[in-house]
Amino acid sequence: MGFNEDRKRYLAGLEDKTYFMLGDEACAYGAIFAGCDFFAGYPITPASEVAERLAEELPKAGGLCIQMEDELASMAAIVGASWTGGRSMTATSGPGFSLMQENIGYAIMTETPCVLVDVQRSGPSTGQATKPAQGDMMQARWGTHGDHNIIALSPNSAQECFDMMQECFNLADTYRTPVILLMDGEIGHIRESVTMPALSSIKPAARKMAKPGEDVFGGEELVPGITHYGMGQNVHVTGSTHKANGMRDVTTPHVHEALVKRIYNKIDDNREKIIRVEKDISQNGQSKIGVIAYGATARPSLGAVRAARDDGKNIDFMRLITIWPFARKQVAEFAKNLDMILVPEMNLGQISREIERFVNCKVVSVPKIGGVPHTVEEIYDAITEVAS
Amino acid sequence: MSQPRNQMMNYIREEIMPHRFCPGCGCGTVLNVFTNAIDNLKLDPVKMVCVSGIGCSAWIPSPYFKSDTLHTTHGRPIAFATGVKVMRPDLKVVVIAGDGDVSGIGGNHLIHAARRNIDLSVFMVNNMIYGMTGGQVAPTTPTGVKTSTTPHLNIEPPFQVAELVAAAGASYVARWTTYHVFRLIKAMEEAITKQGFSFIEIVSQCPDNYGRRIGLRTGVEFLKMFKKQAIPIDKARELPEEKLEGRIIVGKLRDRERPEYTSELHRVTKEQVDKIKAEQEKIS
Repeated sequence: MGFNEDRKRYLAGLEDKTYFMLGDEACAYGAIFAGCDFFAGYPITPASEVAERLAEELPKAGGLCIQMEDELASMAAIVGASWTGGRSMTATSGPGFSLMQENIGYAIMTETPCVLVDVQRSGPSTGQATKPAQGDMMQARWGTHGDHNIIALSPNSAQECFDMMQECFNLADTYRTPVILLMDGEIGHIRESVTMPALSSIKPAARKMAKPGEDVFGGEELVPGITHYGMGQNVHVTGSTHKANGMRDVTTPHVHEALVKRIYNKIDDNREKIIRVEKDISQNGQSKIGVIAYGATARPSLGAVRAARDDGKNIDFMRLITIWPFARKQVAEFAKNLDMILVPEMNLGQISREIERFVNCKVVSVPKIGGVPHTVEEIYDAITEVAS
Repeated sequence: MSQPRNQMMNYIREEIMPHRFCPGCGCGTVLNVFTNAIDNLKLDPVKMVCVSGIGCSAWIPSPYFKSDTLHTTHGRPIAFATGVKVMRPDLKVVVIAGDGDVSGIGGNHLIHAARRNIDLSVFMVNNMIYGMTGGQVAPTTPTGVKTSTTPHLNIEPPFQVAELVAAAGASYVARWTTYHVFRLIKAMEEAITKQGFSFIEIVSQCPDNYGRRIGLRTGVEFLKMFKKQAIPIDKARELPEEKLEGRIIVGKLRDRERPEYTSELHRVTKEQVDKIKAEQEKIS
């Protein structure tokens, strides 16, 4: 498991090299570099290339790759695998992501580290299977029932698909929680150069292990240490409300409250350590208009901002890299001197409404659905319309 | 006078006793039989992972059996167990779950695990009803029975789950009832030892939520009925189908050798690792 000799031998053939590949494939290689031990998935456009590439390559590094009967089972299998100590992941798109919600909730409640890749396509339902979208932003946040927090990252290039797999696994192990790489079909199917890092630069976060006999589901720390199967600790893992020792207690109000609040707070209280944004502020600092975007949409957005600057307009730009927990402090800071923020998204305004909650200026959604990403011109037109 | 300690208590999380099964329930019998099988096999529970779903029989291993346990979502224990088993082939992975869990909501996972022939032991406690939720019709409820969701009597035929799993490809399949405790211990030993997917359908009683609707108010009445209804598989094979109406076919339905999924998965994975090794040795 992890970075054993088999994996190092395989990765030695790839390190420091640059390849031309799909975002989905970059995600697969990124997972192998991140020490992924186990993949379980089910075919779905536009995420199948993640599974196909891992099926080809992961065994060469000594990892296991299996196809399950559906997405419910895939998510279940990666949770089971994680409790043996392995780094485990799955990949899917909207319809499969909907099916996984059940066991995402289970992974949250049992504090199981694991990684999900959602290559978003156009929905609801089967929608436009082959067309990209960003329609699962809120499903990622609230798709499974009950109070919870989630970590989700949004890459905007094939290189980031690769790099963020390490970040996802590290966050999952650090905070004992499922982490979602919230890609969109455009980035999944983009073909770009990806540079593999030197093996020596890989620094996987280690799971904090519980001492023998120590509680695995509570205690003083927000993130308790974990115990793996086969260690003689008779660990009891349940999705029902449980005490710090793992035993069910589904009736005592304070037991439920303490458990759910701790699971919620372990992400909320660490939000500043988790959150990453990228800002491109106009040079004179006089902007009254800003643009916030993420994923594939961030690319034409930045293009439009630069074009508007070439016309002499002052426009600020921010890209959300971490989607959840939401960068509310960073967004509020960005909005401080602005009159208006434009939010281009490949949905009908899911994140623009989230931004509205934390700023005092006007927020204008620039939605686009139908399976074709925004063009630079469309966003440029939206900017000039409000800036003139 | 204090009772001597039952040595099977060594396998129980004693601190959470007494158990919560209703009086006369078959789950206690299954737990007893299971601990006896483990004891006879001299298996170390440290080398076991017990997986269960949602429902009364899920409580048999979780929390009562003292080993690593995974108490999962409804219907999914076999899928969770698959992830555990492939990662730790050295651990015995046992699923104990109900008929609603395994053959209803989780039916797809059951047939695919049997098809793969993954080395799991699945013990399905079939009480023919959704007991925990108050007695709703199950895929295993006999036709014509009144339940809380079939107040005008069940119009559906029940699943023959053991036959289904045998047809899907499992290495070992048996069916016994909670009346046949010694046969059941033996069968569990065989199932746990068998390389490949092993499945035992354990016909069991739910006096509270099934019995009261068919006029059997105690566990004993059920056991007497099971004794009367049981027919050994060899005898059943000689009888025409109409003579088997209302009978429970008991015994071993399958015991065969087939390639096992976990070892096959590790074999093909190792082949790929070895190929990379050979390539690198050639270069250097």
